[in-house]
This record gives sequence, C-alpha cells and structure tokens, in this order.
Amino acid sequence: MMNNILISASALSKSFGETRAVDNVSLQIHAGEIYGLVGADGAGKTTTLRLLVGALKADSGDVNICGYDLNKQVETARSQFGYLSQRFSMYEDLSVLENIRFFAEVRGLRSNEWLPRCNEILEFVGLEKFKDRRAGLLSGGMKQKLGLASALVTRPRVLLLDEPTTGVDPVTRQDFWQLIIKLTSLSGKGISEGQGEGGVSVIISTPYMDEASRCHRVGFMKAGRIITEDTPSNLRAQLAGRILELRGSPLHILRHTAHADKDVEDVQAFGDRLHIRVGQGKAEDVLHRLPSQIRGVGGQVDELRVVNPVLEDIFIELSSPHLALQSAQNGGTTGGPESK
Amino acid sequence: MSEAVIKVENLTRRFGDFVAVDHINFEVQPGEVVGYLGPNGSGKTTTIRMLLGLLEPSEGEANVLGFDAFKQSEQVRSRVGYMSQKFAIYDDLTVLENLTFYGGVYGINDKARIKRTLELVGLSGHDSTLTQTLSAGWRQRLALGIALVHEPKLLFLDEPTSGVDPTARRAFWDLIYQLAETGVTILVTTHYMDEAEYCERVGIMRDGKLLAMDTPSNLKKNIIPGDVWEVYTEPLQGGLEVLPEVEGVLRVSLAGDHLRTITEKGLKKEVLLEALKAKSVNVRDIIAGEATLEDVFISLAR
Repeated sequence: MMNNILISASALSKSFGETRAVDNVSLQIHAGEIYGLVGADGAGKTTTLRLLVGALKADSGDVNICGYDLNKQVETARSQFGYLSQRFSMYEDLSVLENIRFFAEVRGLRSNEWLPRCNEILEFVGLEKFKDRRAGLLSGGMKQKLGLASALVTRPRVLLLDEPTTGVDPVTRQDFWQLIIKLTSLSGKGISEGQGEGGVSVIISTPYMDEASRCHRVGFMKAGRIITEDTPSNLRAQLAGRILELRGSPLHILRHTAHADKDVEDVQAFGDRLHIRVGQGKAEDVLHRLPSQIRGVGGQVDELRVVNPVLEDIFIELSSPHLALQSAQNGGTTGGPESK
Repeated sequence: MSEAVIKVENLTRRFGDFVAVDHINFEVQPGEVVGYLGPNGSGKTTTIRMLLGLLEPSEGEANVLGFDAFKQSEQVRSRVGYMSQKFAIYDDLTVLENLTFYGGVYGINDKARIKRTLELVGLSGHDSTLTQTLSAGWRQRLALGIALVHEPKLLFLDEPTSGVDPTARRAFWDLIYQLAETGVTILVTTHYMDEAEYCERVGIMRDGKLLAMDTPSNLKKNIIPGDVWEVYTEPLQGGLEVLPEVEGVLRVSLAGDHLRTITEKGLKKEVLLEALKAKSVNVRDIIAGEATLEDVFISLAR
C-alpha cells in the first residue's frame, strides 16, 4: 500500500430523493492520522461515514479500506475497521462482557479470538472492574467507553466515530479523547494492529471545535461537499490578523457598536468576550477607532487586541451565507431548513 | 422588592438507596440566566423534574414563582416553559400544526399568539414545513417555540443545544438573551462550557450535591487555586504522560491542540520545560493562560 493510506474514498455521491446528501466527496486518511469531519447539521457528515463503512451504498464512487475495495472485497474491507455510530445501542440487560461478546460474534470472531483481547481492551478503556455489570447500570461515560471497546474488539486499523461526544460532559469528553490520542500513538500498542505501519487511523465527526482543533486534519462539509480540508493551523491562518478580541461592558453596547463599524464583518460572543472579524487589512483601523466609538455611547473597553483565530472563527466564517450561495451554485442545497 | 423566582431549600430526592439530589439550596432572581452544570447522572434533570412538580421531593422544599412546586404543580406548570433533552415533536405534522397542538394543550387557541411565537423563534415563513425535514437546529427552535407558546415567566431548558452545530448554537443563545431581556427567567443545563460562560450565574452539581453556584468569574477565581499554563507539545501524548508526574502540577487536560496544565501558584514554566525535555518530549511553546469554566468543571467534577 502506498504512503500508508488506510482510507481512500473517491468521488462518493449519495442522494436521498431530491437531496444530494453527499456530493462528490473524496478523502484520504493516513496511518496514525486523526481526521475530523465538521460542518453544520445536515451537511452530510453522518452519511459520509455510513458510506465509508458500507452501511449505505453510494450512488457512485469508490471506497478503499487498507487496500481492500469496499464493493468487491466487502468482508475483508469491513474486518479492518471499527465503527461507533451516533446512536450506539447496547443491550442494557446484558453485562459489559456479554455486550462485547455479542459485537465480536456479529463480526465473526470466535471466543478464542475475542476473549483474550477483550480483557486487554477493557483495561485500556478503564472498564476492567465493571465487566460483569449490566450495561443499563453504567454511567453515561462508561457506556461511551463500552461503545469504544466494542468497536475495538476486531483490533481495527481504522476507527470511524460519528459524533461520539455529543451530549457528553467535559470530564467524559476528556477521558474519551485521551483514549483516542493513545490509540493513534504508540502507547496504544497492542490494542490495535497496524502499529508497525504507524498507528491506527481515526475519522471522527464532532460539533466541538476544540476537538476538531486536535485532529491532524479537518474537513469542513457543507451541502454534501468537503469545501475545505487542511490542518487546523493552516485553517486558522486563513483568518490571521482579522480576528479582534474585545473585552468590556455592557456586552450589548459593545456588540452593537462593533456591528455598526463598516469594516466589521461579524461579531460573535466567545464566553465573556467578543470576537470581531474585520476585513482584510482593516485591523489597525478598527483597533484605532472602535474604543472611542464605544466610549462615546457609554460603553467601557477593558481590552481590544488582535488574537490568533481559533477554529470556531473559521467555522463561523465558512458557515456564513455568502459561502452558502457559492456552494448552491455548485449544485448544493441552500439556506432554510435543511433536510437531514 | 424582588422575590426569588426559584427558591430551593434542602431539596432531596432518593430512588431506593440512591440519592439523586442531596440537600441542595439555591435561589434564582427574576430575569436571571442561570446555567446548571454537572456530569451525566449528577442530578440536574432530577432537580428540574422536581421544580416542575413532576417528581415529589423526598425531603426539603422547592418554591417556584411563589408556589410549592409539588403541591401546587398545576399553577407552576401553567406559568413555566420546559424544553427537554428529548422533546416529542410530531414528525408528520407541520411546524404550525405542532405549535397549534401544543398551544391547545395549554389552552392557547389564539392564532395571533401562535404566529407571534413562530416569529419569536425565527420560524416565520416555515409554518407549513413538515417537521421531519427540519435540521437539528431548526427542530430545536420549534421545541423552544413549543415551550414558549403560553408565554411563561420562567423557562427550564434541559440540554437544549445538544447535537446542534456551532452556528445554530450561537443563534439559539441570541434567542435566549432576547427572552431574558423581556424579563423571562431561565435555568439551562448544558455540556458546552462556552455556553455556561454566557450565564450570569452557574451552578455545578456532582453526585446529587450542588458544589457551587456563582458568577463565572468568581467560580474561576475561587475554584482554580493555581496558575494555568497552555503547553504545546509534539506529540500531545508525550506531554500527557510526563506532565502529571511533575511535582507541583495539579492537573493536565486536553484543550484544543494543546494541554492545559494547572500548577500550584508560582511554579515556574522552566520547571515544566525541563521535565518535558528530560523525557525528550518536543515542546513548541508554553504560554501563561487564564482559568476557564471548563477548568472549574473538571476540577469540581473529578
């Protein structure tokens, strides 16, 4: 296999009736890489993942997993990956171990194959003490880990995770991501195969931009297409020098005044401060005049400065309507309620 | 004179041996936006269910808008709105039909009022859209509309933005603030710490106990005792393994593409740098950071 590409999809398309859910999507994921799939609801993330695992059949295009064609070598291709769907379902009245056994047998593993690795996996995800507990009695975070353990039972070289951290508290998200990072680095050795060629690959969809920023590469989807794909730092560089951070009070005056400035494109709350996106080359002008404008209407400015853009700034920019029009011209759907 | 909209004293709920909510006390004033946080299963939803009068407290009292939440639950429910994590919207009805149906449940048959609610949540013009074709963000607006159709004075939102993309989340919070400006009091649970930062006060629950309730800045000041460092290592895993072992390091967590490291006050960044170098972890940068609500949450929830 060339360059250790573990997932390769070319020109994937899938329509549901009139809606083009996935529109000519190509992507390649390397060994040891964490690839993040982001985009608005209904942009096509889940459908893309389902096409990659063969849960849905593409109208056109090819998927290759670890060198096996998903269409022609279905069983071999499928044995290479683990998949955690958005609504991972487990049998609540079965124990942790019984659930894993079920998923292992569905994947065609015999007990002399899955049983020895099972303990190892349970230890890795931190559930070894709970293997006889009924799944229905696990906390939300532990259920999450059981889902991951079930996806790992085939020792996959590729993991596909569809919004595994949606509706999950920050502590559980922390634990989950530490496991993902371990899996893709050498410390996860033994849990999965493919280490000799550079580690497990992960493709993960997420609504959390802080999670996206720890992926090696991020693909931004809109109306069924990947409209941008790059490393988080290259993506952030697209708005370098154009994001100002404003702190002061009251927020509504700050927001209103910033919006009224002709060189300000967008104003968004980031926690207790505002991020102001300005036109190319306009930062100095805005820095210069905005504070006095704010004071003029009775507001207080504690700090105004140029900051490094974060991925959420990029997400907001890519989601803005003028870009929606562009993708509409390319044949995507536009505005209004999107179909999922 | 401002009377508390919610007043909770020693509120407790047991399920068998399990104490889901354990002697909590707090008050919410009119017009406040209060965030209610905690790990899954820490008792947030049970608290809300008691405030709605859906569940009888095992001990203690909950007073909502001047009524006893359980004994006078009818009075409470006609005056509060509730949007739950998994709200039942009829997929085969249109937006307007759903709203009209739920309006009817509250005895609201005034068409103008229903139109006004649609407008308020930004769904005007989508009256006849079939609900099943709505994206998550738009469904959530409809769910909010349903919670608002009887013009409640107090709104309970239980993870309203779960599974919604970042842009739709922002639009949703703009709506919440518009409502708050009209004097509606809001209690909202969320797992998004950036959203919690928008709240005037934030309560954090763990194992049924309310550990703290205060403004985000007071929480950061009082709960995070040390210094915060943003450590950029290559790869992250190296830092994750080495930093927790360094003396004076209180906690290490992932934050975006770097590691947040909370240390005892006054620990020099050189100490971190040396420790990482000694284990040949590549360090790109170490920058002094500020405490966030996520730091507070993780400190309290562990």
